[in-house]
Amino acid sequence: MNQVIFKDNWELIVGLEVHVELATQTKLFCGCLNQFGNEPNTNVCPVCLGLPGSLPVVNQKAVYFAMRLGRALHCSVNRSVFARKNYFYPDMPKDYQITQYDLPTNLEGYLELPSGKTIGIERAHIEEDTGKTTHIGTSGRISGADYSLVDYNRAGIPLIEIVSKPEIRTIEQAKSYVSELRSIILALEISDAKMEEGSIRVDANVSVREVGENNLRTRCEIKNVNSLKSLGRAINYEANRHISLYGNGESPRQETRHWDESAGRTRTGRSKEDAEDYRYFTEPDLVPLNPSEETITKIDQEMPELPSKRRKDLANLTGAKSSDVALLVERNHDAFIFDVIEGGGVPEQVVKHMVNNLSAGLGELSTEAFAQLTQMENKSEITSTQAKKILGELVKSGGTPAELATELGFEAIGTKEIENLVDQLINDHSDEWERFCLGDSKVQGFFVGQVMKSTSGQADGKVINQILNERSIDNK
Amino acid sequence: MSGMVPEQYQSASEIAELVATGEVSAIEILERYLNQIQEYEKDVHAFNLVTINEARAVAQETDKLIARGVTIGPLAGVPVAIKDNLCTKGITTTASSKILESWKPPYDATVVKKLKEAGATIVGKTNLDEFAMGSSTENSAFGPTRNPHDISCVPGGSSGGSAAAVAAGFVPIAIGSDTGGSIRQPAALCGVVGVKPTYGGVSRYGLLAFASSLDQVGPFATSVKDAAIVHEVIGGYDPLDSTSIKQAPESFLDMFDKGINELKVGVISELMGGIDGVTHEVIEQTNKAVSALSNAGAIVEEVSLPAALYCLSAYYLIAPAEASSNLSRYDGVRYGLRVEGANLNEMNVNTRTEGFGDEVKRRIMLGTYALSAGYYDAYYGKALKVRRLLAENFADLYKDYDVLLSPTSPCTAFKLGAKVNDPMMMYVNDVCTIPSNLVGHPAISIPFGSGKDGMPIGVQILAPPMKEPVMYQVAHALEKASQ
Repeated sequence: MNQVIFKDNWELIVGLEVHVELATQTKLFCGCLNQFGNEPNTNVCPVCLGLPGSLPVVNQKAVYFAMRLGRALHCSVNRSVFARKNYFYPDMPKDYQITQYDLPTNLEGYLELPSGKTIGIERAHIEEDTGKTTHIGTSGRISGADYSLVDYNRAGIPLIEIVSKPEIRTIEQAKSYVSELRSIILALEISDAKMEEGSIRVDANVSVREVGENNLRTRCEIKNVNSLKSLGRAINYEANRHISLYGNGESPRQETRHWDESAGRTRTGRSKEDAEDYRYFTEPDLVPLNPSEETITKIDQEMPELPSKRRKDLANLTGAKSSDVALLVERNHDAFIFDVIEGGGVPEQVVKHMVNNLSAGLGELSTEAFAQLTQMENKSEITSTQAKKILGELVKSGGTPAELATELGFEAIGTKEIENLVDQLINDHSDEWERFCLGDSKVQGFFVGQVMKSTSGQADGKVINQILNERSIDNK
Repeated sequence: MSGMVPEQYQSASEIAELVATGEVSAIEILERYLNQIQEYEKDVHAFNLVTINEARAVAQETDKLIARGVTIGPLAGVPVAIKDNLCTKGITTTASSKILESWKPPYDATVVKKLKEAGATIVGKTNLDEFAMGSSTENSAFGPTRNPHDISCVPGGSSGGSAAAVAAGFVPIAIGSDTGGSIRQPAALCGVVGVKPTYGGVSRYGLLAFASSLDQVGPFATSVKDAAIVHEVIGGYDPLDSTSIKQAPESFLDMFDKGINELKVGVISELMGGIDGVTHEVIEQTNKAVSALSNAGAIVEEVSLPAALYCLSAYYLIAPAEASSNLSRYDGVRYGLRVEGANLNEMNVNTRTEGFGDEVKRRIMLGTYALSAGYYDAYYGKALKVRRLLAENFADLYKDYDVLLSPTSPCTAFKLGAKVNDPMMMYVNDVCTIPSNLVGHPAISIPFGSGKDGMPIGVQILAPPMKEPVMYQVAHALEKASQ
């Protein structure tokens, strides 16, 4: 689905801003540990506390991670400059955030969704995280709090902010964008990318317009979205809010809104009119980042295979449908599948079992055993039900499928025997048989079921169907 | 009145040698200087804090090490005063501001660390204009410093405490910071040597930032040689300062005694009467310095630095802009003064209203305005253009000249209170010194005679970045000529 999803011909427009905490050993501008879950204010020093006289020094690993992500998103990696974003808040030790403004590290790239659609990337820049404020009091917010506590362990943790173009048109695409970005980040090993721990944070810029309209309308920035599910709900809520405002002859105001998960709605935060002037200017305590050609070439050479490429390769090899391919790559099972098929596994059966029967993991399953199993199944030596049972054993405790089949008494019922059973059934149930021959596919299940019943499920369903079809052609 | 300025200063290099060879103990040296402080500090108020006990402990330790045969660095037993905007571990560091009245840093600034490693005895923290904003040391929350040559006059600023401490013989060496002339101008007004090193030549780590792209730490001394020695001690690459220069500097003393025959010196005409405000007697005295260099064999010519006309304006946009951001952290949340309020915003406002003095507030407002959306291009953006233009002007001149020369301060030390109510008049004091900060070049002020009032006059030698050796070479020649 590429367009309209909302009533009355409204088109959804979404741009996402994703903040990712980089998994460096140390913080962006000092040697403090970059760790989640420590005692408050234990990973701190003069620099990340912004003590008078302290100065930042850029963590080169963080820069390298940011550039890697930039290249993975097909961005140009440029000479970049840090800037100060000035505003007062207790979780910001210096009362300014060191970020990048008009000269970010990564510019103009794109991300390819599993569906094949590409979403443009405007920029991906480096910045420092703030501390974490906890407001004590009934309101839970700063206004009305009795007092507030600040933990600066998070202050100065390296972030990369990836800003998409407003090219996302459906909720599915929005979710898919985030999960694809997550897979890329995991493949690059630059972050643990846990949305629930906040190491990936997503803000959604949402607006709507009438189909056919060229200009973008007023957008609202939705914050506090903590899962893919919330992302979908928040976008849906916000888009419908805009639609009903327009429906009433009103317009939304440009503002920041917060998603309230329990209430299932967004609430107004800060409006554009009273938005702060951040007085950006070049950070004089740092020097520009100037990556050499060699650095960028090296990053490209060290680039791991990314999900989009892996999906293409897997699709070419197996011919599986795109949703299955996406799922298997997401589970990191593609390399295993390659080995199985190379070892003689039958692609169709391999994919079927991987998708349906191996979601919990591969356990003790060896590529050889799996390949043999799919061959036995393909030759109808065992039925698919039997194959599934053997597979379960292989995952649990290994072994070879042939031995397991014998052990479990899975000798496939011969074709001749099935033919006899089918003929017997046709005789006993002539009414049903007539209906089958007239094309009533519902009764097909009846015949298959009967055969399965009398063979205790050991007959191959495919063979039964084949015989039924042969007989019905004979009948015409 | 001039009784408090010693007839003759003892040089730091001489002290270090006497102490290192065991001829005089470090504690003996220290006590001599402490006596001078004891005698005259009440009149001068050069210090915010004299760390007598700590200093005695360090001097005694130095003597013990020497007795054991341990080699001490080039500043063995040399008493040094530190401007109170440089962090000293466990010792109050205030920037002469109420907002930091009792703040004790948990770390030493890199320059302080290096001085300690070189064997220096740190004797205290010197007074300054609050957060180094000023040219007279009158903007201190703890009262003004006075000029030892005449205590009814200012010592200049913002490093007035450091300049006065050296002039009064309280210490042979003091450390200051120079953002628009804050070392050179008080050095000139107090009759001592003051150096602003190449930007990036001395680490800023632990310097309470005023304007980060302009700030540079440097020495005060009673001779050019002492200044060069201390500069070598405190200089060099520091991985904690990203703007620190990696390339190792050439020795500042190698060319020291080579004379200046055939060296080309340009005299900046704009600062010799081209711009209003430089007094006749200062120009006259500077011309004597020109003749002295000429007599010593240098080729001296008048040159033009057209962008000098716009430097003051550009500086008073760039420096406040950076300051407005640098001083945001003093918000009452984590350290320093906190004045309570009904909510967070009120607490912030109350703290800053009570904690900052008028000049600091003036510059925060100026800088905030200059960076605001809609005004950035007209003010801050344009000031950056002046900076680039100035750099081009200098580069052109340095194709033909080894060093440039100008007065350091447009006038001799003025009376306390004379300019406090006219910020613009006060700002003009920096007109000769600001250009070097805007381009990050080194410059030195050397005492060269005095005015009709008997107050010292300083002459400034400017050099290209990292060309301190030739700067010291010419400064030393001028120093010899003045004696």
